[in-house]
Amino acid sequence: MLWYILRRVLQVIPVFLGATLLIYFMVFALPGDPIAALGGDRGLNPAVADAIRARYHLDQPFFIQYLYYLQGIFTGDLGTTFSGQKVSDILGRTLPVTFRLAVMAIIIEAIVGILIGLVAGLRKNGVFDTVSLLLSLVLISMPIFVLAFLAQFVFGIKLGWARTTVSGDAPLNELILPAFVLAFFVVANVIRLTRTSVIENLDADFVRTATAKGLSRPRIIRVHVLRNSLIPVVTLIGTDFGLLIVGATVTEGIFNVPGVGNTLFKAIILSEAPTVVSFVTVFVIVYLLSNLLVDVLYAFLDPRIRYGK
Amino acid sequence: MENSPNSPKPLSDTHFVASIEETPLQATDSVAEDSRPSNLYIDAWRDARQRPLFWISGVFILLVIVVAVFPGLFTQIDPRSCSLEFSNQGPSAGHILGYTKQGCDVFSRIIFGTSTSLTVGILSTVIVTVIGVIFGALGGYFGRWVDAILSRIGDIFFAIPYFLAAVVIMSVFVDYRNVLVISLAIGFFAWPGTARILRGQVLSVKNSDYVTSAVALGVSQLRILWRHVLPNSIAPVIVITTIGLAGAIVAEATLSFLGVGLPPSVMSWGNDISAAQRDLRNNPMTLVWPSIALTSTVLAFVIMGEVIRDALDPKARARR
Repeated sequence: MLWYILRRVLQVIPVFLGATLLIYFMVFALPGDPIAALGGDRGLNPAVADAIRARYHLDQPFFIQYLYYLQGIFTGDLGTTFSGQKVSDILGRTLPVTFRLAVMAIIIEAIVGILIGLVAGLRKNGVFDTVSLLLSLVLISMPIFVLAFLAQFVFGIKLGWARTTVSGDAPLNELILPAFVLAFFVVANVIRLTRTSVIENLDADFVRTATAKGLSRPRIIRVHVLRNSLIPVVTLIGTDFGLLIVGATVTEGIFNVPGVGNTLFKAIILSEAPTVVSFVTVFVIVYLLSNLLVDVLYAFLDPRIRYGK
Repeated sequence: MENSPNSPKPLSDTHFVASIEETPLQATDSVAEDSRPSNLYIDAWRDARQRPLFWISGVFILLVIVVAVFPGLFTQIDPRSCSLEFSNQGPSAGHILGYTKQGCDVFSRIIFGTSTSLTVGILSTVIVTVIGVIFGALGGYFGRWVDAILSRIGDIFFAIPYFLAAVVIMSVFVDYRNVLVISLAIGFFAWPGTARILRGQVLSVKNSDYVTSAVALGVSQLRILWRHVLPNSIAPVIVITTIGLAGAIVAEATLSFLGVGLPPSVMSWGNDISAAQRDLRNNPMTLVWPSIALTSTVLAFVIMGEVIRDALDPKARARR
């Protein structure tokens, strides 16, 4: 188990280096000279320009600059935004809000997805199954901003059940609507995967054995079918994290949730490319770490993974 | 008829072992020689054409393509002739979906925005498929260091959610926002999924007997890959390509919605939804109509992908 975790951690390192290099290269390729632009129409004193370049290591070759950028990531220095705030300070303030929203969304996603998937799988090809299949296809097809506006319009404006925008300290009750939007954005895959694995496990030998032993059907479903069906679902929830990040960016922007996604959303809209890059880097790191966590969890849940190969 | 049914047969006519014509073995042994040859794709087509969902989504996709290519057939109203005197007005004769805030005809803008979504979807799907097939096929077929390098490169691209990568690319190339650049931005990071699926298929196909015999005949490696391995491992790629096209359309609309997609001068559903969001309270329908167009187009491609997936997978067919 320890060996498996160690190997998995070692695999992440080159991927992390490659991904950050790739992101950094995209910024490096950014057209225009940001330093020359600082001087405006009159132009900058060449000595001052050189001093600024040296200060930000812009006089160094690409690879050295990349190493400085890596050093920044590891020492928690992710640069500053246009308005002069440190990215790390913003993260400290916004990350807890996004974390709260994401956890709420994942809980809703798991409960709704597994329940619907289980019932659909148990009654394969029934009315409930067909309706849930069509509904999940519609949910897959609906872009997150359409879903968010729909929820905002129906529950916020028409029914008045929830506030259309979230207030400054993002209390839990105001996060319910955005969390539901985010959950429904990713729930379709959970429904379908649960359904498929429930159907597969219902045919499995251990379920036949359990039936032959005379166990009650609820117990078979709870202990033998559902538990085994959850293993791939856990992985899916983890790998869907990328989707969740994208969803959080748009949802937080539309509901004005003061989280990391909203900061990225605003930076995108104000076209502050360097800030966008800082936050995308943060998201990529979070994404990599969450995938790592899921793999470890998977090995923990399924002994075949940790002993195989 | 010499014997009445009741009289016993003469002993010489009695078989103690049934002749082949009378046993169920005939069905097992016989080959219907006059039936047409079948393969995976013919079987898939026979399966798909029996499903109503195939026809519904297929007809809708055809309709979308026709609208994209000949928008003039569907509306006579110029989507760019807008007048503020009609701002946010509801439906009226000749303007069935009403007007936007700028006083443009909503229906006409949806019709003329179709080609943008479809072009971006197709272009980025082509990019994804070309890169993905090259990486997946070469890595899976040649194995060893080729596979190691190509797979690690794929891992790196896979580590960045492709939408975020597209956001960065589009933020960097502020001055070059057009259909081609946005397709590249979406496609350039979305290919590892295709590559991984194809690699797995190639790995399982390359040990087949027909590949071994092609090697024995001295056929060149690349020719074996192209003529024998790829055609037999491409089926799952067709599925992921169809669903990927839907994803690319969503990505374009979301980028345009965020303001890093196509410039507002380009007619696109994402831009229209983005422009309508400020009037969600007063005039929600200007947001709803392009959203319906977007969602139903994406839905058609997603359903088509599902139908093809079921049709191409004999196991899934048996399970139904």
